[in-house]
Amino acid sequence: MTSATDHAADAPARARAPQPSAGRELRLDLFRGLALWLIFVDHLPPNLFTWLTIRNYGFSDATEIFIFISGYTAAFVYGRALTDRGFVVAGARILKRVWQIYVAHVFLFTIFLAEISYVATRFENPLYTEEMGILDFLKQPDVTIVQALLLKFRPVNMDVLPLYIVLMLFLPPILWLMKRKPDLTLALSVGVYILTWEFGLNLPAYPHGVWFFNPFAWQLLFVFGAWCALGGARRMAPLLSSRITLALAIAYLLAAFFVTLTWHLPQLGHFVPRFIESWMYPINKTDLDVLRFIHFLALAAVTVHLLPANWPGLRSPWLAPMILCGQHSLEIFCIGVFLAFAGHFVLAEIGSGPWIHFVVSLSGIVVMSAAAWLFSWYKRVAAKGGMDPKRNETRADLVGGGS
Amino acid sequence: MKAVAALAALLAALPAALPAALAMLGLAAVPPARAETDSAKTEPAACAAPAYLLATEARLLKVAEAIKAGGRLDILVIGSRSAVVAAAPDGTGFPGRMTAALRERLPSIAIAMSLQLQVKKTAADVVANLGRLLEGKSLEGRSLEGRSLEGRSLEGRSPTLVVWQTGTVDAIRSADPDDFRAALGQGIAAFRKAGADVVLVNLQYGPRMETMISTAPYLDVMRVVAQEREVPLFDRFGIMHYWSDTGHFNLFGPVHGAAMARRVHDCLGRALARVVLDAAGVNPPQPDLRAR
Repeated sequence: MTSATDHAADAPARARAPQPSAGRELRLDLFRGLALWLIFVDHLPPNLFTWLTIRNYGFSDATEIFIFISGYTAAFVYGRALTDRGFVVAGARILKRVWQIYVAHVFLFTIFLAEISYVATRFENPLYTEEMGILDFLKQPDVTIVQALLLKFRPVNMDVLPLYIVLMLFLPPILWLMKRKPDLTLALSVGVYILTWEFGLNLPAYPHGVWFFNPFAWQLLFVFGAWCALGGARRMAPLLSSRITLALAIAYLLAAFFVTLTWHLPQLGHFVPRFIESWMYPINKTDLDVLRFIHFLALAAVTVHLLPANWPGLRSPWLAPMILCGQHSLEIFCIGVFLAFAGHFVLAEIGSGPWIHFVVSLSGIVVMSAAAWLFSWYKRVAAKGGMDPKRNETRADLVGGGS
Repeated sequence: MKAVAALAALLAALPAALPAALAMLGLAAVPPARAETDSAKTEPAACAAPAYLLATEARLLKVAEAIKAGGRLDILVIGSRSAVVAAAPDGTGFPGRMTAALRERLPSIAIAMSLQLQVKKTAADVVANLGRLLEGKSLEGRSLEGRSLEGRSLEGRSPTLVVWQTGTVDAIRSADPDDFRAALGQGIAAFRKAGADVVLVNLQYGPRMETMISTAPYLDVMRVVAQEREVPLFDRFGIMHYWSDTGHFNLFGPVHGAAMARRVHDCLGRALARVVLDAAGVNPPQPDLRAR
């Protein structure tokens, strides 16, 4: 997705530099890479690696990180384009990006369709007669495919890209207003979020229900990310560096950790007072529960405190795979979804012992990292190849996933 | 240019080669594995489910009372299609097997079970029909779909225990988890008001289903509601997952006769009976603890 790489794409002189420029926020790449790995692991059946994912230690999970950073980088890149080239050009670039994400989504849907059809024709287990009812949509491929193209039919684990498409579609007006009245834009975003909760707004899904990630609610994180990128983070710096904020954030994270612990050890449930339980549950992921949002904020506050931008570890080769993945996030996200399908396939065909699980998870992360390295390598080579800046820009767009 | 060509070749080969390699591995590995697990699976010892999956803190006081009084135990099972084995005789689904296991353990008690199949009905649909389900009249032996039921009818008596197996249809239709949660709460309240204890039974685990059905939200809701309302939750999903992981049953295999399905249901029925007895405080089965 629009990583800071796009920044390079927008400025041809920078695109030629093989090393990331000094001003680049590697922490964003690092955590987006981390989010991509965690999303991949969370899409596999629960296994050893699942215990490393943050959703087991608090309310929020990798999706929050991913959407926030996407909002941040999109505003950073396209905000600059807006200033340099004007609203129309920046808007056209954003729409081009939306198209790329849409095509990626359709590509993944095709793979899903192939997998599902395979199961439907080969699988006949009387135990699962009822569950096989989910394949009824294959009886009407015309309707299903059209609904998928309309983003209304979304298979399991394919909810993030449609959310991202809708958010990006609304980015041009958001950015336009954000450049003029950042605080007003954020306030409007909060307003939409509140209205969503008040009136239960959501987009319809096919054949039943609503979008799993409600765009009206999740836009809050995206817009908040954009607000941070366009100066909000700087203005919040005194607040973020205060010890009180840090103490509050840590206290909240610990409380959330304890509550999460009660899900796994029900015996601890007695320590959570009944009125808190009835107020707190359910912690709604579809509508981005405010508890999840606060949990993300607390996590971000503590992270910013612990990891300064000039942290030397960011240059260490050990973190390089994660950073590389974060820099090519659309491609790596799609590969991750594909690998999750493939992982399910392996686990279904070979068996699901803990070791096979471990190997599947680990090799998935290795493949994602290798692909990210390949993309970076190609980008470097293409940049060195003495192409003229204009062509260079187009290439960088395609590979770096930018513009 | 060379580099570009090499890259293109690599990119083209990677996605194509990976699934092919996986498929080859899979095809090579499945037959022996299946043969092994299937032959080892016939004895009842395969039914062992670890204690932590069967543990519950909730109590079934009405059931305990009925057993203590020594009269009869009337059970109403509300389930979807995964409560029966497709194309198998009545009584082979887990409700029938549970009843058989209970009769074995409580020989002096008259146990009647009525299964109300609610095919393709979400929890909310079931709750909307609750009046009819709980009325004596609707328990005369036919379900709403007109399918014949397993077990004897309750002859118009109101049940002592309601076993409510739900969640699958909600997950298939991706019903709003909030609605699902509200329906569960209403249903449990209504059953209790009618004087019955309640046991919830959650979804099935199916390894191949995981890419198709998003089960997690519905499993979570059922766990939370069970905890909140102090109702025992029979973790069918967890137990089947355990059997699959440990190789007790090979649930992955694409083709199985009804034989394995029946064994799975038999084991589920026994485990469910154990949960019911535990929650009613009837374990371990000392002869003098049996109803008198």
